[in-house]
Amino acid sequence: MKAIVTVIGKDRVGIIASVCTLLAQYNVNILNISQSIMQENFVMVMLVDIIGCKIPLVELSEQLAGLGAEGGLSIRIQREDIFDNMHRI
Amino acid sequence: MLSQNEIMQTIQMIDQQHLDVRTITMGISLLSCAHSETKTACDKIYDKITGYAEKLVATGEAIEKEFGIPIVNKRISVTPIALVAAAAETDNYVPFARTLDRAGKTCGVNFIGGFSALVQKGMTDADRHLIASIPQALAETDIVCSSVNVGSTKAGIDMDAVALMGRTIKDLAARTADRSGFGCAKLVVFCNAVEDNPFMAGAFHGVGEPERVINVGVSGPGVVHHALQSVKGEPFDVVAETIKKTAFRITRMGQLVAQEASRRLDTPFGIVDLSLAPTPAVGDSVARILEEMGVETCGTHGTTAALALLNDAVKKGGVMASSSVGGLSGAFIPVSEDEGMIAAASSGAITLDKLEAMTCVCSVGLDMIVVPGSTSAETISAIIADEAAIGMVNSKTTAVRIIPAPGCKVGDMVEFGGLLGSGPVQAVHTASSKAFIDRGGRIPAPMQSLKN
Repeated sequence: MKAIVTVIGKDRVGIIASVCTLLAQYNVNILNISQSIMQENFVMVMLVDIIGCKIPLVELSEQLAGLGAEGGLSIRIQREDIFDNMHRI
Repeated sequence: MLSQNEIMQTIQMIDQQHLDVRTITMGISLLSCAHSETKTACDKIYDKITGYAEKLVATGEAIEKEFGIPIVNKRISVTPIALVAAAAETDNYVPFARTLDRAGKTCGVNFIGGFSALVQKGMTDADRHLIASIPQALAETDIVCSSVNVGSTKAGIDMDAVALMGRTIKDLAARTADRSGFGCAKLVVFCNAVEDNPFMAGAFHGVGEPERVINVGVSGPGVVHHALQSVKGEPFDVVAETIKKTAFRITRMGQLVAQEASRRLDTPFGIVDLSLAPTPAVGDSVARILEEMGVETCGTHGTTAALALLNDAVKKGGVMASSSVGGLSGAFIPVSEDEGMIAAASSGAITLDKLEAMTCVCSVGLDMIVVPGSTSAETISAIIADEAAIGMVNSKTTAVRIIPAPGCKVGDMVEFGGLLGSGPVQAVHTASSKAFIDRGGRIPAPMQSLKN
């Protein structure tokens, strides 16, 4: 199953590293990353494969949100279906 | 591959434009719970509801986290209790309401609807008992919602029931006077009530429905408002297209959530109700959409036309996005639950008469309207009759949810809290409708009913 990780917030050193470390820790494979600065905000979108993830998605979502809260970022993971359904027929 | 832009668009809809799934409602048939002993019937009702809906809230919360989309309410609707309680040898149906309250609280749902009666062509003894029990039942319970269908295009309007409901609403307001008549916010009087509505206070599980079913109500006035901000000054064709596209996206999300909930709960999927349901939060208002279309304040000339376009475009956009659309589907115009409506009503820009006109083209009817506590039962009945007539003749659902706030006068502000919001007390006409309501009987079904 695929999911989308989004990270939004003020840019600083090590954002990508910390998110990737957490994902690797739970065996989440990163398939694609795109990153940009929009209106002075750091915006990163990752496509990840959670099929081998060691913990349930709900728990991973809480961990990512927690990591975001520490660094003043909004980090979320959502199943890819929601975006697919909304933007593709 | 989805573009970053598309992903961020969805995130913004959720984060900044209040996009949410308003409710996952499980409909449960209670027909199998009928019993001559009230206690036995109530026990069977409790066991059936808590058995079927045991995992409803937990499942809703899991879907919410996995998809990252807020699911604001988890609710239950049941078979109209007048049908279930008819077998019981009692004329007091309050114990049934208490049982629903208890079962709903055990499941952790926000509301449970179906303390209802369908009396469009006349009342059975059970219907009379149920209506007589409404004031005490709603005053003594917290999450039970009640509805009474007093008319339909096929049957006409039961004016005896209309007269009775005016008195019932007054009684209920008096019993909840300490909370400004709050009980009335949980009671809806319908014409052409639908059997698969997931929204409260009017949800019940119709007799044509299966054993149990999952119905989902989506919302998103903020998303529509935001989309329209990008087409300022464009002609209405463009406005309609923009609303359709937005409604399509919102509904696709609702359909996904509905299918997922249905699968996880092993319960058939019923319908997606694609309604724009506002909340008192800023940026989640239907009135502001109408104002975005160009009327300075909701309620001024042009408002009805704007609402007609909105209501129609929402349906057209949503209908292709879901395998089965139902419920009320359209734009709601509750006064106290909509920040823009509250502002318009407070400033006097929108009156009861204009609201009545708007209900000809919106999805339901006069909703969450606060009137002076001194309003007579006959005047309330006459307001119900007017609204039911609009529904009957136009083959649409109409409803009245009105609160005659005890001790309050025009201009006062009444606070209900939460999603129910706050409403300014609005003026009603002072000339009497007593002789009209006192006639009773039935308004015959219109020509539109003779379609065969």
